[in-house]
Amino acid sequence: MAKITYREALNQAMCNEMERDERVFLMGEEVAEYNGAYKVSQGMLDKFGPKRVIDTPITELGFAGLGVGAAMAGLRPIIEFMTWNFAILAADQIVNAAAKMKYMTGGQYSCPMVFRGAGGAAARVSSQHSQAFENWYANIPGLKVVMPSNPADAKGLLAASIRDNDTVIFIENEINYGDIGEVPEGEYIIPLGKADIKRVGKDITLIAHSRMTGYALAAAEELAKMGIDAEVVDPRTIRPLDEATILASVAKTNRAVVIEEGWRFAGIGAEISARIMEKGFDDLDAPVARVTGKDVPMPYAANLENHALPSVAEIVEAARVTCNRA
Amino acid sequence: MAGKQKQDNTAGITHEGQFYSAERLHAMHDMMLYIRRFEEKAGQMYGLKKIGGFCHLCNGQEAVCVGMEEAADSKDYMMTSYRDHGHIIARGTDPTAVMAELLGRAGGVVGGKGGSMHMFDIEKNFVGGNGIVGEQVPIGIGFGFASQYRDDKRVSITIMGDGGVNQGAVYESFNMAALWKLPVVFVIENNQYAMGTSLSRASAETHLYKRGISFKVPGIQVDGMDVLEVERKMGEALEHARSGKGPMIVEMMTYRYRGHSMSDPATYRTRDEVNEWRTGRDPIARLQKQMVAAGLATEAEFKQKDKDIKKAVVAVAKAAEAQPEPDLSVLWDDIITDEIPNAYPYPRQVG
Repeated sequence: MAKITYREALNQAMCNEMERDERVFLMGEEVAEYNGAYKVSQGMLDKFGPKRVIDTPITELGFAGLGVGAAMAGLRPIIEFMTWNFAILAADQIVNAAAKMKYMTGGQYSCPMVFRGAGGAAARVSSQHSQAFENWYANIPGLKVVMPSNPADAKGLLAASIRDNDTVIFIENEINYGDIGEVPEGEYIIPLGKADIKRVGKDITLIAHSRMTGYALAAAEELAKMGIDAEVVDPRTIRPLDEATILASVAKTNRAVVIEEGWRFAGIGAEISARIMEKGFDDLDAPVARVTGKDVPMPYAANLENHALPSVAEIVEAARVTCNRA
Repeated sequence: MAGKQKQDNTAGITHEGQFYSAERLHAMHDMMLYIRRFEEKAGQMYGLKKIGGFCHLCNGQEAVCVGMEEAADSKDYMMTSYRDHGHIIARGTDPTAVMAELLGRAGGVVGGKGGSMHMFDIEKNFVGGNGIVGEQVPIGIGFGFASQYRDDKRVSITIMGDGGVNQGAVYESFNMAALWKLPVVFVIENNQYAMGTSLSRASAETHLYKRGISFKVPGIQVDGMDVLEVERKMGEALEHARSGKGPMIVEMMTYRYRGHSMSDPATYRTRDEVNEWRTGRDPIARLQKQMVAAGLATEAEFKQKDKDIKKAVVAVAKAAEAQPEPDLSVLWDDIITDEIPNAYPYPRQVG
């Protein structure tokens, strides 16, 4: 296995799928001549030409809708949003068109396509450029929501998302783009809707996705020093959610902390903890705890920004309290 | 000026140098009249509370529906907003399925999932039926993009109203369509009112065919009450788009006789104004007059046709009403193609 970056892994997935399927094309701002704002599409214009790797004007609503029409007509668009913050402009096409097209047309048309780009908090870019939106899209029937936490998952999940016959919201993480990890070469597919146990443990389950998976793993190392053996579960697909893996872990550990970068109210942690309550109540020895981003717009100043985000220390503390350790 | 003319001894009318055979004129007339009577029936069924929700009728705009369809290739995509009954019927979709959809029946064009605003027919390349004003325009250029990608010479006919044309998405679409020379004809059905807001109260530039100037999208204005003029001009626009020259805007000057939707009494305009269009410029009466003058039909024939069409529409409504409501099990159908059975929310389950 080669060691490559998260962004290279995404690039490999797109290139492999475009070689495999003529219908797949990549469209977005700066994806072609600039090689991608985050260099995810590096070299793709040279490889596939301007017909299939297409720079757009800054016009998110327009090119998202173009993608919807192209998908209805039988192509397989990958629509890149430079970041998911800008996708709010395109929300009508994602929510009102793509997500509902199959249903609204009685199954005549569907939108097999991927909307992808950077999500979550970036570094020092203030309120409008640092946000987690997975809970918005996870609420909508007709969409799948996928969020890889490491390079191998990035490759396998993106390839699966491009092949999937539904609309996939694929949220990458800006801070993770440079992360290096071992990634299988050639064709590599990770089925959607399957969680992954990133660390095996017996005392408490830490459920975390995207960048927070790394935080949970770091917290698990700290907890180990305190004699707490944490299991880390990464759902990888947010919707639909592999809750069986989460519930099986909680049945073993009897305790759980859900971690997310986004806001607490009606967040992913709210849904996961509700499911643990509904289906694993008898397994619990303590209430499910949540560690989330603070309920504030993201500030710019380094110390404020740090304070607004979940930290490894907060995860450790929540796990310690949940395990009832002094 | 239309007039009587024989070409190869075939009876017909030559309009602006273009010949329309008697057979074709009758078909165009009959379709316009059918749409008119169908919409009247729909309005009646709405009044009886058999049709629910929103219901936007196109009475008065029939020449646009029929003239465009006459000019188009059946492989061309037709994309519109929620005022869609006339367009889908003109495309050749079974009117019983359209009425069944209005009534929320199992045999509706989309199985009772969409209602008045969401008519689709993949067999006829009728691609909506979209309920959000202006939303259909970027989707429409997506069909044009797919056509260019596959080089299959299909044009995307993307229809909006004088209300929809003020949405930002429309200008994003004009720009991309022109930039990439996408085969799209943007049709603006200018029926003078965006719901209750008259054109001049909502638009700084009321000549809507000029709205593409900044994007180098050429535009033309067409008398949308003259089916032959609609057919002729639409043919030119389609040719322009099909030949690789890029998009074109066609502004159809038309008028809706009814309110914006069934819940709109249309108190924002005068009775005189409506009457002026209805009696002076009605597209059906106009074609009838032309055909009678050309000796292609008599008034008595048209009266008989009207009786037959009314009867046919009544039969359609009866057949649609006799259909069952959709089976409750279809509630869960057609949401996801690749269902993932072991992940939550579980397919076809509450929790």
